[in-house]
Amino acid sequence: MKGETVIETQDLTKVYGEQVAVNHLNIKVNKGEIFGFLGPNGAGKTTTLLMLLGLSEPSSGKAWVAGFDPTREPLKVKRVVGYLPENVGFYDDLNAVQNLKYISQLNGIPDDAALPKIEELLRQVDLQPDPKKRVGEYSRGMRQRLGIAEVLLKDPQVAFLDEPTLGLDPDGSHQMLELIQSLSRDKNITIFFSSHLLDQVQKISTRIGIMLKGFLVAEGRIEDLVKEKLGLEEGKYTLEELYMKYFKEGQS
Amino acid sequence: MKGMFIICRKELADHFSSTRFILLFYLILMVSLVTAFMVGTGLKEELKDVAKPTFVFLMLFTSSGKLFSLIQFIAFFGPLIGIVLGFDAVNRERSARTLSKLASQPIYRDDIINGKFLAGLITIVIMLLAIVLLISGLGLLIIGIVPGPEEIWRLIIYLIISIFYIGFWLGISILFSVAFRSMATSALASIACWIFFSFFVALGASVMSDVISPVDQTAAQSNPELIIRHEQTRSMISLISPMTLYSEGTTIVLDPLRKTTQSLLLMGPFERLSISRFQNPLPLSESIYIVLPHLITLIAITIVCFAISYAVFMRQEIRST
Repeated sequence: MKGETVIETQDLTKVYGEQVAVNHLNIKVNKGEIFGFLGPNGAGKTTTLLMLLGLSEPSSGKAWVAGFDPTREPLKVKRVVGYLPENVGFYDDLNAVQNLKYISQLNGIPDDAALPKIEELLRQVDLQPDPKKRVGEYSRGMRQRLGIAEVLLKDPQVAFLDEPTLGLDPDGSHQMLELIQSLSRDKNITIFFSSHLLDQVQKISTRIGIMLKGFLVAEGRIEDLVKEKLGLEEGKYTLEELYMKYFKEGQS
Repeated sequence: MKGMFIICRKELADHFSSTRFILLFYLILMVSLVTAFMVGTGLKEELKDVAKPTFVFLMLFTSSGKLFSLIQFIAFFGPLIGIVLGFDAVNRERSARTLSKLASQPIYRDDIINGKFLAGLITIVIMLLAIVLLISGLGLLIIGIVPGPEEIWRLIIYLIISIFYIGFWLGISILFSVAFRSMATSALASIACWIFFSFFVALGASVMSDVISPVDQTAAQSNPELIIRHEQTRSMISLISPMTLYSEGTTIVLDPLRKTTQSLLLMGPFERLSISRFQNPLPLSESIYIVLPHLITLIAITIVCFAISYAVFMRQEIRST
């Protein structure tokens, strides 16, 4: 999995009043990787995602996504980047197709090209394009999958997924993880996802970054980090041990 | 720009299918029909066996019949239309968590708020146009007088002022929907503003003018200047209210016989009658000249209001949580 860098940050910092949400963050993610971004709640994961998308302006530092600076050229970044927010929202009184159609219009996809694509994407995420069923009636898992379909609508190079499996039942989150893996495998989409469900991250990520109180305390392949930090061989660890080790160090 | 029109189209569809809009529209439709009918029949009665005044057609909109005139109705309920169209424009997206998704699409952030404002304005235009045409049509049927070109021009100007007036309230409510996270708060804040400007300013104006230039009854007997000064102060203060701006402005535009925005004070019934009978109507340009300050102020506050909400929205953090 080597190749060009798709996401890169250089001393990316975000300050809210007194609080430093993200502190001199340096990350590199290559094309086609699944990068798991870990950390407790409030560690600055979402803030980082928002800065990478150009939705939030960094206080200092720089970022590049797919070759563009999200602060300077947000539109170019947004054209090639899909974003699934935590607890993604939809227009509840519209059906799935109408919801996706609106997003495809905003992406400048003509209607006659969008409709077959929408149907295909819905099939891909295992949803029926039932015109009578409004998104308000969807279960959580269905909404998350609809969110993935929405991300795929613009054929992104990079997908930012914020807690994609949060609140899903085991079956639903399994389905979700498969879906995420297939995106990386079949479409070569770079996935940058944040989570705090460690076993899931371990299952699908090629590399991880751990964030604590705004600092990136670890970055790399899980095996390498384990070897370095815990002195254990491959296969004899869980990500949880590793994470807790960092977490305790971070506390003190 | 393209994003703005797509958002505007979506918002328009939302407006036209939302229950509250339909309810409001029927209410307004009903009231304007009733008004038109009352005023129309009233006028017909009045004009029987009398030499016709020059601008009968416009009287459909200005004379109050048994209830109230259209001008009064729009001055009073217009704000409510604006508020209903705008009070949840941005915070509904926020609470449905669609805002961050919308903002991550390849559109400029201002497209979102511009599109919403534009959709509100278009709805207002359609609504007002429907009401005015409806009253005109009904009036034509009842009193049977065709409007002249000048009357039509006056109506068009009246429409434009009304659009800005309701647009001002749309701007206010969108501003609150940007500033407050909760839809209930922004609705209440907008309604509070409406009540304040529509009722309390008028009350406050007379209290204030009593303080600033008090009228002593005995002194006023010999010196009417006092009363005039008192009245001037009162009308100056009440101009803070967009409702006063609007009703004074539109009354002048729609009534060519009125030559001043001041209410005709110190005048007996016979003087009033002679004025209405023997005065020549003002040409359109003169009427506009009188109310130009009103119109400009009204347009300016609408734009300022929208500009503030624009600025606040552009600076705001977009977070789903």
